[in-house]
Amino acid sequence: MTKSSSQPYRIKGAGTLSRARTVQFTFDGKSYEGLEGDTLASALLANGVHLMGRSFKYHRPRGVMSAGVEEPSALMNITRDNARTNPNVRASVQELYDGMKAESQNRFPSLSFDVGAVNSLLSPAFVAGFYYKTFKWPAKAWDKLYEPFIRRAAGLGESPTEEDPDRYSNRFAHCDVLIIGGGAAGLMAAKTAAAKKQSVIICDENPKMGGWLLADSDVRIDGKSGAQWAADTVAELQAMDNVRVLTRTTGFGYFQQNMVALNERVTDHLSRPDPDLPRERMWQVRAKKVVIAQGSIERHMVFSGNDRPGVVLAGAAQMWLNQHGVAVGHTVGVYAACDTGYAAAFDLYEAGVNVAAIIDHRAEVSEDLLDQAKTHGIEVHTNANITSTSGRLRINGMTVETSNGETKEFEVDALLMAGGWTPSLHLSSQSRAKPAWDEATQRFLPGVSPQDCVNIGGCNGLDDLDAVFAEAIKAVGGKKTKIEITDDVSTAGGAIGIVGPEEHKGKAFVDFQNDVTAKDIKLAVREGMHSIEHVKRYTTNGMATDQGKLSNMHGLAIAAKLLGKSIPEVGLTTFRAPYTPTTFGSFVGHDRGSLFDPNRKTPIHDWAVEQGATFEPVSLWQRAWYFPKGDEDMHSAVDRECQTVRKAAGVFDASTLGKIEVVGPDAAAFMDKMYTNGWSKLKAGRAKYGIMCREDGFIYDDGVVGKLSDTRFHVTTTTGGAPRVLNHMEDYLQTEFPDMQVWLTSTTEQWATIAVQGPKAREIIEPLVSGANISDEKFPHMSVIECKVCGVPARLFRISFTGELGFEINVPAGYGRAVWEAVWDRAEPMGACAYGTEAMHVLRAEKGYIIVGQDTDGTVTPHDADLSWAVAKSKPDYVGKRGLQRPDLVADGRRQLVGLKTKDPNKVLEEGAQIVRDPEQAIPMKMIGFVTSSYWSGTLGQSIAMAVVEDGFNMMGKSLYVPMPDETIEVEVTGTVFYDPKGEKLNG
Amino acid sequence: MLLIHCPYCEDDRPELEFSHAGQAHIVRPTDMDGLSDEEFEAMFFIRDNPKGIILERWRHSMGCGRFLNAVRHTVTDKFLKTYKAGQPRPTDKDIEDLLK
Repeated sequence: MTKSSSQPYRIKGAGTLSRARTVQFTFDGKSYEGLEGDTLASALLANGVHLMGRSFKYHRPRGVMSAGVEEPSALMNITRDNARTNPNVRASVQELYDGMKAESQNRFPSLSFDVGAVNSLLSPAFVAGFYYKTFKWPAKAWDKLYEPFIRRAAGLGESPTEEDPDRYSNRFAHCDVLIIGGGAAGLMAAKTAAAKKQSVIICDENPKMGGWLLADSDVRIDGKSGAQWAADTVAELQAMDNVRVLTRTTGFGYFQQNMVALNERVTDHLSRPDPDLPRERMWQVRAKKVVIAQGSIERHMVFSGNDRPGVVLAGAAQMWLNQHGVAVGHTVGVYAACDTGYAAAFDLYEAGVNVAAIIDHRAEVSEDLLDQAKTHGIEVHTNANITSTSGRLRINGMTVETSNGETKEFEVDALLMAGGWTPSLHLSSQSRAKPAWDEATQRFLPGVSPQDCVNIGGCNGLDDLDAVFAEAIKAVGGKKTKIEITDDVSTAGGAIGIVGPEEHKGKAFVDFQNDVTAKDIKLAVREGMHSIEHVKRYTTNGMATDQGKLSNMHGLAIAAKLLGKSIPEVGLTTFRAPYTPTTFGSFVGHDRGSLFDPNRKTPIHDWAVEQGATFEPVSLWQRAWYFPKGDEDMHSAVDRECQTVRKAAGVFDASTLGKIEVVGPDAAAFMDKMYTNGWSKLKAGRAKYGIMCREDGFIYDDGVVGKLSDTRFHVTTTTGGAPRVLNHMEDYLQTEFPDMQVWLTSTTEQWATIAVQGPKAREIIEPLVSGANISDEKFPHMSVIECKVCGVPARLFRISFTGELGFEINVPAGYGRAVWEAVWDRAEPMGACAYGTEAMHVLRAEKGYIIVGQDTDGTVTPHDADLSWAVAKSKPDYVGKRGLQRPDLVADGRRQLVGLKTKDPNKVLEEGAQIVRDPEQAIPMKMIGFVTSSYWSGTLGQSIAMAVVEDGFNMMGKSLYVPMPDETIEVEVTGTVFYDPKGEKLNG
Repeated sequence: MLLIHCPYCEDDRPELEFSHAGQAHIVRPTDMDGLSDEEFEAMFFIRDNPKGIILERWRHSMGCGRFLNAVRHTVTDKFLKTYKAGQPRPTDKDIEDLLK
């Protein structure tokens, strides 16, 4: 195969690509050759391939229509490997690389023969609102028939089956001027701002900057072609320190205070990407001024048969010719309502393509254009319309109704549509500017933005290059300079809505990606959809991945006409970020896997790892869950740990407990405000259990607080609660009690906390302690003292979360492991064990000690939790005092915390299980509470649970029921203290 | 993402450093016990939800840790002013001037 025959539509001498740099790729398994610099679409077109996909609903054959991001039809699956397979890639913008594997979508078994095309025959059934009308009854059909059908039919393409192996990075940037769009306007603005020494970022979604300068063969700027001027300007900008030029970078979201999000695609165009490069990079740019130079998008024409492969936008045909050197066909027709159709036709004519005829919808066309057509010998019909097209997998003919009503047939293998240009208002609207309707030119233009941004060039409705440059220079405060410009292209004219006959025999598509026709829009209006937002949702017009870049204006015009309203009265639907589809990967960035959240470890963590502990995550902490010995399972390990603590002793890493140092002359008074019980009268050297409420009276946190002196408290909080407790305290200290002399410091990570619990606890630690007498007499339960342990400054608590004699040794974190090992060296020979969080939970539950957040849920008061003893009655004020007196909180029948014993002692309840009074009642049963904590207690030889139950305190001894899917479990209501109710063990 | 001026740090900092802390200038009465149920409800539960200017509290939680007050426009999200906790509530006239 010779090169020329492999790319039969590549035109010699046209375009800017080098013929020598060929690239091999496959499409649907077949090998093709393209050129470096091609898009996938231009390479396929060079090979004469127009059929690139099947439409979503009717499975109609579709080709590529545009040369940009607005492409609705040519969506491909691009595969590198199983994990790197990207659906819905627009062939019009995907750069070709060597070895690319592209597959068409939405067809079976093949693109040219697709079984789903039968939908097209059934199309009368698939009208607007099809889903709402069809999937209504019978109700049973939902599960088995309708939902599976909709799920299979919904969405295009297939997701990769493996986790994304690529990296995505994230950068913040600041600049004086951010310019979005590197066409003529954007480049001139960048050049001007850069010359003024401003810091500039300019981005463009394409690999090459220049915008439509790359498609326009006639323009000359200072004697250079448009493409050359763009390339030279980019080189100039890249050489400057104050400018950052970002290609393949889409400004996709405009947020508050001139913060714009950019998505840079780093490797998607490379054959063999460097593994050190991220696939994409998200830029969050904060700019003093934003210059939007998004350009405009050409509209298609709405007429019957406007979707056949080979029917393309005129500007796209021009881009493929003048940038890629590719002709869209041998014999083309042109259907125009805008002057740009002529420019495209003339360019193709000059490249040797036969132009069958220009069909102009308008009656009045400039003499100059008609003269040029005449010179080229091109037939022009004004005030004429295309009424239908023919061809199955590619257009082969068009039928025209001329101004005098005659019908003419033309053979064509491609058809160019020039429906006029829609200024891109996406980012302007996202900046909260309201689009402003311009009656003279029948289009929306950017309105005034509340932010410091300005629209220039095509997106502001300009086409004349002189005016565009002047506007760009002015936008960044530059001085007008003399630039030699030759530019005779006019974008005058345009049409929105249906052109030609109102009623069509065939389908006149408005939205190609969602297969919405002009008839669908009309039907929606007739069926009562009078708001454009309703029309959009009922017909799905503009709701596909292209977000209606081609279709929205047409849909709006058709609906407005039928409603008898003007276009601005009906109004546009809202533009939202992202401008084009953006990968989740780029939003996630590095925040995944082990980098998703910090992983907090205690100073004793590595010791537990060495001992073979199993870990569980508790908030961000990794905590030792249990320490299995030999081939013990969790159940037997926990049983052993619990019973060892009760019989001998256990050592437990409690370092994750939240710790806050409350210091200052008013520390006690502040504690009186923050906790429900009193702290002023507590003696230094004593500790107390405290409950913290919110103002509404519900439990917020709890913990033991040691009073080290009259001005210093060592506060402990729940493991996950430390940050919010500190925030809560700071809030009151700073804003309600700002006159109090108190300082709060988080000390969670400064102290390692080693709990030694069990009858032998004192014997274990006593020889290690110096500077304190820890006898029962001198150091009773709930005491605290500053002393030394292993020679290290320590805060020693006599405290118990197990019901046994217990101590908690706090030492500076850096000594944590050394002190732990010293304790362990004494503990192990005495028959003690190390225990984990699961045993800790069982031991505390056997004693009825609650865990805030597990046994309480933000609707439980201290009284509900049977903790009235910890609520001061005489204190004049504390946070939550008034809330606790609210009528609902003092009413009878509140859910109260009780214990549950299962009738079958071996049956362990499920936490969260619901509780009912009468298991025989009809479903839905009245649920009167639920299980909050439930464990197997090896010590007691039975299952134990805690639960909140309506009026629970009055139900002691009564039977209740826990219905489960396979059985109903009978339980007896008890107190919450299952073990050593008199508390004698606390003293060893 | 918003930029918020911290009146303590005297710098514009990104929203990520701050946490929202509800409506501003709600005074916790010194005599909480004396509140009727209706007064407690009004004080603790009922909040403004205006379209336009709102006075609200923020905390520079990932910065200096201080609570501050802000005048924000709920439509544009624009911060018209921030000031230290404890400073007086801006008058209607102050707000009108800020809107100019």
